[in-house]
Amino acid sequence: MKFVDEYRDQAKAESLAQAIARITTSPWSIMEVCGGQTHSIVKYGLDELLPKDITLLHGPGCPVCVTPLELIDKALQIAARPEVIFCSFGDMLRVPGSGGDLFSVKAKGADVRIVYSPLDALKIARDNPARQVVFFAVGFETTAPANAMAVFQAHAQKVPNFSVLVSHVLVPPAIEAILSAPDNRTQGFLAAGHVCTVMGYEEYFPLVQKFHVPIVVTGFEPVDILQGILMCVEQLEQGRAEVANQYSRSVVREGNRPAQALMAKVFRVVARKWRGVGEIPGSGYALRDEFAAFDAESRFGVAGYHVDEDSECIAGQVLRGVKKPQECPAFGKRCTPDRPLGATMVSSEGACAAYYQYRRHEQTTQAAAGKRS
Amino acid sequence: MCLAVPGRILDVSGSDTARTGTVSFGGVSKEACLAFVPEAKVGDYVLVHAGFAISVVDEEEALKTLDYFRQIGELGELEDKP
Repeated sequence: MKFVDEYRDQAKAESLAQAIARITTSPWSIMEVCGGQTHSIVKYGLDELLPKDITLLHGPGCPVCVTPLELIDKALQIAARPEVIFCSFGDMLRVPGSGGDLFSVKAKGADVRIVYSPLDALKIARDNPARQVVFFAVGFETTAPANAMAVFQAHAQKVPNFSVLVSHVLVPPAIEAILSAPDNRTQGFLAAGHVCTVMGYEEYFPLVQKFHVPIVVTGFEPVDILQGILMCVEQLEQGRAEVANQYSRSVVREGNRPAQALMAKVFRVVARKWRGVGEIPGSGYALRDEFAAFDAESRFGVAGYHVDEDSECIAGQVLRGVKKPQECPAFGKRCTPDRPLGATMVSSEGACAAYYQYRRHEQTTQAAAGKRS
Repeated sequence: MCLAVPGRILDVSGSDTARTGTVSFGGVSKEACLAFVPEAKVGDYVLVHAGFAISVVDEEEALKTLDYFRQIGELGELEDKP
């Protein structure tokens, strides 16, 4: 496929890895923000191509992973209602709530449907006027324009039986929270290419200034990621901290203005709770008052519900790059993709699930070798 | 979840928030909303996420990124020479 295959070229990846090795003279820890990038890194073994001095930390950019437990519980409560058709992106269905997941609610007879686009959920609402159709509007800035459009069209077309359960989160406040933490290890960032496709990268200039860390807007293919790392290491080695753009085939400085305009019309910025991390001020979206009629939380009376999170899961530390998945005593034992303790083990973009899928055998082999020696 | 796939626009219809088009992803065609890329036209490559085109792929910039490898390749060869 054009614009994909050429960025998976092995020779190019190797020449980039060699270039990184040539310029690296000190140890550096770089965080890739987006779960899609984490998945690529672990799947293609990109971290293993890098010199030992470069450590990749896996960031919080997986919306499935950071959606708070209480919101999953709200989804379960709403989905269980007989009048509801609950629509969601597929990867939310196995995220554990306090009592089960959306799959288990579906198994008990709830009408839970996987959709590709929020507009598909809106169409289901138009086709089923006697039912309540709820869309689970999770995601980062990449997904916000799509969800904003669904709400905007529902309002314009007067579809009263449509609503959204909103759990939108934003990248720059999360980066700020990571950098402000006393145990922060991150010295440079690969920013998420598709978030920046929508938002541009002007929001990162104040962060670069305040914390003196390079931020490189980076794509998702192996060659993109290695080039992003090279651009980041170049800056670190030279003592520079600037915003740079590796993903220039999609990202422009100001981002996608028509998308931003619609998001601003539909959403307002609010404090949001992140699973495993806690509340971060100004880190998410909620519906504006004009669109409050489409808010599933108030429509189904679940707005006041709060719940505390499980304590054994270290997802919060994994999401902030403080710990690697294998450092968790439950990893691969009490916590697996079939029986996850936390959401980082559920989504294919969660660091724990990526390590389980691609690195578990390695770990077992190493352990066996250790026992033999 | 922030996955977006590049595809080529085959046709365009509607306008404003109802602007849509058929996008081909290596032979598989799907309808996508084109409201956020008003400049996109038939033949352009767009990145599609959750049924929405979020950018028009800039071919010139794409070539520049790939050209970078020629440069670092040459640089490596120079450094490797005694």
